[in-house]
Amino acid sequence: MRYLVRRIAHVVVLLFGVSLLTFLFTALAPGKYFDEMRLDPQIAPSRVAALRAEYGLDRPLPVRYARWAGAVLRGSLGYSFAYNAPVSSLLRVRARNTLALAITSTLMAWGLALPLGIWSAEREGRWPDQLITVATGALLILPDLVLALGLLLFAVRTGWFPAGGMASVGAESLPWAARMRDAALHLALPALALVLSTCPMLIRHVRAAFLEVLDSGFLRAAQAHGIPRRRILFRYALRAAANPLISLFGFSLGTLLSGSLIVEVVMSWPGLGPMLLEAILARDLHVVIGGVLLSTVLLACGNLAADLLLYWADPRIRTEGAPS
Amino acid sequence: MSAPRSLRVWIFALAGMHAVIACAGFFAPYDPAEQDRERPYAPPAKIHFRDARGEFHARPFVYPMHLREGAFDQYAEDTAKPAAIRWFVAGARYHLLGIVPCRVHLFGADGARVSLAGTDGYGRDMLSRLLYGGQISLLAGLLATALALLAGLLIGAAAGYVGGWTDEILMRLAELFLALPWLYLLFALRAFLPLAVTPLEAFFLVVVVIGVVGWARPARLVRGVVLSAKERDYVRAARGFGASNGYLLRRHILPQTSSVLLTQAAILVPQYVLAEVTLSFLGLGVPEPAPSWGNLLASMQQYSVLTSYWWMALPALALTPFFLGYLGLASALQRWADPSNMKAVGTEGWR
Repeated sequence: MRYLVRRIAHVVVLLFGVSLLTFLFTALAPGKYFDEMRLDPQIAPSRVAALRAEYGLDRPLPVRYARWAGAVLRGSLGYSFAYNAPVSSLLRVRARNTLALAITSTLMAWGLALPLGIWSAEREGRWPDQLITVATGALLILPDLVLALGLLLFAVRTGWFPAGGMASVGAESLPWAARMRDAALHLALPALALVLSTCPMLIRHVRAAFLEVLDSGFLRAAQAHGIPRRRILFRYALRAAANPLISLFGFSLGTLLSGSLIVEVVMSWPGLGPMLLEAILARDLHVVIGGVLLSTVLLACGNLAADLLLYWADPRIRTEGAPS
Repeated sequence: MSAPRSLRVWIFALAGMHAVIACAGFFAPYDPAEQDRERPYAPPAKIHFRDARGEFHARPFVYPMHLREGAFDQYAEDTAKPAAIRWFVAGARYHLLGIVPCRVHLFGADGARVSLAGTDGYGRDMLSRLLYGGQISLLAGLLATALALLAGLLIGAAAGYVGGWTDEILMRLAELFLALPWLYLLFALRAFLPLAVTPLEAFFLVVVVIGVVGWARPARLVRGVVLSAKERDYVRAARGFGASNGYLLRRHILPQTSSVLLTQAAILVPQYVLAEVTLSFLGLGVPEPAPSWGNLLASMQQYSVLTSYWWMALPALALTPFFLGYLGLASALQRWADPSNMKAVGTEGWR
């Protein structure tokens, strides 16, 4: 239990630090949303001052942080200057789209990486392993920006896939089946870009984790007992190799919101990425802070989930802090 | 210990690629900013050996291209005026490595502008822009890596050597930076800095932002090495003989961090080059007219460019040999530093 309490306390401290850090960045940086308004001769300086007071920008820093943090704890992330709407409702819609993309691609990436990684480790040094090593190496040197651009180019050239967006114009009026097909077509390329950019790393980690355990004595003993290979791999070896993979899985849960940023921007997927970029260009600070905070919370939650899973999966961790 | 062959191969390959980019002025046929408004979006020139009459020439040549009547991006080859490609021709002035004034270019064509990689919307030669753009992108990646490693070395050494509260605070701070999604952090930091800046300012801004965000991982690794190094017997003996802290660090402890720093450098450089490319691609990095791989790719965000002018995507391909080189270098270094670690995944900190 002490382990768990320590991990959770750790996450809380981390979130406090992140919130303070992001808040300080925004507060100390030059260039404010109302600065450009001040340059506009049609807006009276008193009006700008009134707006600043209305948004609480004239208060000292600690007061602003306390008010902001209090509001965040109540579930409000502030107000977007540019959209004139609460940040939390803006983020909710965008985060949902991002999650739809990220969860699909993460599931697909893991679904591919586990069998391929295991296969590669099982046939170490033979042609499946060499083929997979070369393929993952080739994909590793293609950054997600290049992958996304390449796939977009492919979509535009062939016309087989829609070039960006989440749904075709007028898709709402289509029957249910056609609408699903439309959504799947729109999802296909961004998801493929993400799968191709994350899968090689996962495959290599799965392979390394399995190589670690495959030549251990208990597996050879299991084989000598005549237990089928498939059962050995998925029941015995998987449990022994699970620890680093669980950490990695927590990490990939944590990057669900932030990992797809570039792909979203390139493929104009209406997720958090494009909105964050617009917010940066428009100096819409609360949206930026909200986005960063949200993705950090998720990253912290992912790490925490990995810790909990490890605690559940590995008895060694459970007894680590206990008196023996 | 002499370096193994694989390590030497990767180092030579990378050095060669960097030399080409460093001497961009020589390999690029034209000045990267020179416009040719008569030829916007001209496709890559075809190199011919056989002329219109079917005769073979040993010296390759190109046909000058001109816009078709009434078209704005359709080009026709002018088969009446073949232009031979020659080696080592005199052309636009440039400074080799930024110092030596020079005007010899690797190749050029007689009497015609030849764009082997096509031209952009202002008729600027894409090959030249690509080579010069590499200077900015690679330099940004290298400088940012140097900055991040230097900060990581100082902070990590301080944390590991001093220990106690300093260690506690610095490492909590490092965890904070590691916990933030680094691309978001990069964005957030960039968001609060001025948007409209000159290319030079933007370049240093990008370098500093990336370096500031990236100190945490090397700092943690350096701290680990320093922690174990300062408890070695010979270090304690030296301390017993009255060696000062500065001497111990300089002479006995910091040299041990070199292999960690080298491996980190090989991992970080491509990551930071990509960070620059990403920032510039999104319009937050080095702006036009200075070419960088990122802002060269930025035109791909226009639908018309995407559909019609595929050669604008070439800078994306230029990235890949460098990434291959650094990935190979990183895994070779990891094996060299730790020969027992044959199963190195080679993707640590990659994303």
